[in-house]
Amino acid sequence: MITDSVLEKVFAAGHIAVTGECGPPRGAMPEVVKEKAEKLRGYVDAVNVTDNQTAMVRMSSFAASLFLQQMDMPPVMQMVCRDRNRLAMQADIIGAYAHGINTLLCLSGDHPHFGDHPMAAGVFDLDSIQLIQTVKRMRDEGKFQGGADIKGPPKMFIGAAANPFADPFELRVARLAKKVRAGVDFIQTQCIYNMDKFEQWMKGVRERELHKEVYIMAGVTPMKSVGAARYMKNKVPGMDVPDHLVERMAKTPKEKQAQEGIDICVETIQRLLSIEGVAGIHIMAIEWESAVPEIVERSGLYPRPQV
Amino acid sequence: MITAERKPLAEIIDYIDNCRRILLVGCNECVTVCAAGGRKEVAMLASAMQMDFMKRGKTVDIREMTLERQCEPEYVEELAPFIDQADAVVSMACGCGVQEVVRRFRGKRVYPAVNTSFMGAAERPGVWAERCHGCGNCLLGLTGGICPIARCSKRLMNGPCGGSSKGKCEVSTEIDCVWQLIWDRLKELGIEDRYEEIILAKDWRTERGGGPRKIVREDLAQ
Repeated sequence: MITDSVLEKVFAAGHIAVTGECGPPRGAMPEVVKEKAEKLRGYVDAVNVTDNQTAMVRMSSFAASLFLQQMDMPPVMQMVCRDRNRLAMQADIIGAYAHGINTLLCLSGDHPHFGDHPMAAGVFDLDSIQLIQTVKRMRDEGKFQGGADIKGPPKMFIGAAANPFADPFELRVARLAKKVRAGVDFIQTQCIYNMDKFEQWMKGVRERELHKEVYIMAGVTPMKSVGAARYMKNKVPGMDVPDHLVERMAKTPKEKQAQEGIDICVETIQRLLSIEGVAGIHIMAIEWESAVPEIVERSGLYPRPQV
Repeated sequence: MITAERKPLAEIIDYIDNCRRILLVGCNECVTVCAAGGRKEVAMLASAMQMDFMKRGKTVDIREMTLERQCEPEYVEELAPFIDQADAVVSMACGCGVQEVVRRFRGKRVYPAVNTSFMGAAERPGVWAERCHGCGNCLLGLTGGICPIARCSKRLMNGPCGGSSKGKCEVSTEIDCVWQLIWDRLKELGIEDRYEEIILAKDWRTERGGGPRKIVREDLAQ
């Protein structure tokens, strides 16, 4: 064990880990964070707290993560390179760790173009791989990125994302290898709908034995309606929703589509769990946290282990 | 080259509306090549300004000049005989040229007529694209000769984000994903293994992090 992260303990004990997601509100509404998190309690090992997701201003990931920490629900604090330079990021990492937050997800971040401040400067002082290196060095060597010693180094369990569905596909295993080389401990993937492509990517991962060096959590998102399916297929960069799933949702009567979306999600998880190298499931039920308990139970992932 | 685009006429007029004598100065270098502020554009802007004044029942006297290089003192000096006869200078050079005129003629108002954009190249006639960010520490030797700092929307140094799709950037289908271009190039050269070498966190002091930059060549400096 290199950290006190619950997520690491679950992996280390050989369990399939389960994480959920909580998108902080666009205002000072602590009750929204708490309500979302409460719906996940007992069904996930840790909860990702997004960092200005889709480049929209929200309550900070650090602040919302603190609420979860206070609720005794381990947060995975997300951190994007878009909004802060290396001084601000390292400061937040120390601050978060000082409050007991010990699991961090390092991301490049959506471009400001997509959000409600498209006129904002994207910082991108570091990229996600350089952020991983920075956090690892802080933890293992007790050094800041600039080289000075840290008194009381933050011992973060380090995560990152992988998108097997983005182009160029043949580079995507190499990109994972690069994150592993940078020092990442666990990976959460983009939402998986195109199972064939994911399996092809995992084959490449196993050929290089990368699954033995990093815990790979497969990402899923239940679709609430055929509209949501079409939106993800057509509008969200880097998403790959096959036609047969859109058709299946379209053929389902409107009032039953949400249930169909959950069914598809459970089937997806069951298939993912049969793939060698998948160490966990990351459920991104965006603004639909109430779907998580059923998904986790029906996927055979309940109860969660006590570690 | 340095690329630029002409400002809207109304903005230029707004600067000089109370002037009667204008010295309109183009540049024969980059802004000529990108058709923003060369001799031809100087003539066109002069006509447009004349017409605008006339329409409003006013007159303006415009002297047109185009310097060889507006960013060099020896050429800027050519304005000296005419400067006193102008209420203001309107420069069609890049920001470097504008400021060189400002530096030489302290008491004179100088206004820009173009928006200086980026360092780029002509992709085809009439289309210029950004190529170099001037970061001061060239990475091209590591990235197949294609620059991710200038050409990735997130200036990612270690590969494409999750938004790269069919060779295009998530920001716009008008933008090539530079990491697709880099990857294709590395493969063409048979050195795609190089992709896995991590490019370390950049020292931005050579870019703007160290403040305004200056190159001093001791062997040439007087």
